[in-house]
Amino acid sequence: MDILDLTAVELSQKIKAKEITVVEATKAVLDQIDKKEESYNCYVTVDKEGALERAAKVQEKIDNGELSGPLAGVPVAIKDNMCTKGMLTTCSSKILSNFIPTFSSQAVINLEEAGAVIIGKTNMDEFAMGSTSETSYYGPTKNPWNTEHVPGGSSGGSAAAVAAKECYYALGSDTGGSIRQPAGYCGVVGLKPTYSTVSRYGLIAYGSSLDQIGPLCKDVTDCATILDVIASHDEKDSTSVERKDGKFTDALVNDVAGLKIGIPKDYFGEGLDSEVKEAVLAAAKVLEEKGAIVEEFDLSLVDYAIPAYYTIASAEASSNLERFDGIKYGYRTEEYEGLHNMYKKTRSEGFGPEVKRRIMLGSFVLSSGYYDAYYLKALKVKALIKKAFDDAFAKYDVILGPVAPTTAPKIGESLSDPIKMYLGDVYTISANLAGLPGICLPCGIDSKGLPIGLQLLGDCFKENNIIRAAYTYEQARGKITNKGLEA
Amino acid sequence: MANVISDETIDYVGILAKLELNDEEKEQAKKDMASMLDYIDKLGELDTTGVEPMSHVFAVNNVFREDVVTNGDGSKDTLANAPEEKNNMLGVPKTFD
Repeated sequence: MDILDLTAVELSQKIKAKEITVVEATKAVLDQIDKKEESYNCYVTVDKEGALERAAKVQEKIDNGELSGPLAGVPVAIKDNMCTKGMLTTCSSKILSNFIPTFSSQAVINLEEAGAVIIGKTNMDEFAMGSTSETSYYGPTKNPWNTEHVPGGSSGGSAAAVAAKECYYALGSDTGGSIRQPAGYCGVVGLKPTYSTVSRYGLIAYGSSLDQIGPLCKDVTDCATILDVIASHDEKDSTSVERKDGKFTDALVNDVAGLKIGIPKDYFGEGLDSEVKEAVLAAAKVLEEKGAIVEEFDLSLVDYAIPAYYTIASAEASSNLERFDGIKYGYRTEEYEGLHNMYKKTRSEGFGPEVKRRIMLGSFVLSSGYYDAYYLKALKVKALIKKAFDDAFAKYDVILGPVAPTTAPKIGESLSDPIKMYLGDVYTISANLAGLPGICLPCGIDSKGLPIGLQLLGDCFKENNIIRAAYTYEQARGKITNKGLEA
Repeated sequence: MANVISDETIDYVGILAKLELNDEEKEQAKKDMASMLDYIDKLGELDTTGVEPMSHVFAVNNVFREDVVTNGDGSKDTLANAPEEKNNMLGVPKTFD
């Protein structure tokens, strides 16, 4: 068996059993990057030397018993919006093209303490604004299942790197579906935890009330294992919650007897591709056969989630991105007259079109005279959406549906019509508005040979239900392989 | 109800957003913003009378701590990121005469 085919947990076991060394695993990943990067462009930065040095050190610590956790020695990729001390962190933007953080995000520190070997930083939509990874200043990432298609976004580089075996697992961030949707498009497993579960310290903010870091990986076991490591209470993130509900890996149970699963009828209407629909409903059938109680229901308010989301996310983005001003770090324009002209020119040259579009919209909806009509209205609609989910979770443990209306679109088809692109987020963004955890895993392959994503949403702090359902489904489903990758 | 964004509005938003748009970008921004606002106007269909705006999904309390430095002096590395440095400080354009 090729060592690149191992999951993160399997690899770590083999390292502990002295069947594979950390350096061997790291080299295997770096060789794969050498072979495949040109086709896929998953990474903005690959730290070859740093990774090999770190691999040797981690091996020593495993040998002397200092490191014994389930991820010790496993090479990982980090989305390029998480600060990594001493390693270039660009957010896939020109404005941060030379930014070397002086600290690491807490999620990255947690991984390092668990013995992770950081391979590099993955490509993404600029400042995580996009659904295709095409808005990156460093060029688009391609889908390893078919390079004519996008990997999804914004964590497209992370999802593609896992799918292309250019890392064993990766961290992504999810503000409106940015972990789950690319996981679906690339046929990997991605989980967005309940808001406040993973510290946002060191994550370059997009929409602070929506942002959450989570894993992209090969299977549900890896997913729960990584979450156990990255979830922690952190004083440096004032929204961080101390969770005392046990380990996520305890939910890796192959049994859904009695689990109540609701299928929102509103998720299966117009715009949903028929092959996606069929595959997702077949997955529901599998869970029903395994003993889950599955029924359809009306979720309501689905059509209002996207306009509420884009109002709130753009508003928060316009505020969060004020810090990029050419003073403290990052790009500064060459020629300018005075301070304000420097700000304006720096930002206009440093940000791409989609980022500017959202900063403009956000500035508008927050401006005097429009604040109540747009921003405040959106926050009220958010409250209604949260209530609709509260009602749903009073009846069901899990909400099951597709992760996106279609499989991965072709490169170049999405950016010309922003609203059409935003509509593709219809199944994912409500989870961010309501703070819910959601997992996406593959449930089939369409006639174009592209993977189809199944999404399971749980109530806040109830990751255990979605992990249990996902694990049970995965055991029944068997392997889904990308045959194109080997060609 | 179609929104129309005037030149004045887009210039004003440019000031708020600290962005300088050329004429072509301005026209595009006017179109994009108008169509987004048309779309966002859909929220008006919902009666939100008496609904409290929800900024955070969970009750968030302010977190206080003692103001004690725990991460040491990182000024050298911090300044290394600055576009301009002068006498161990950030270099900025002249802000007033």
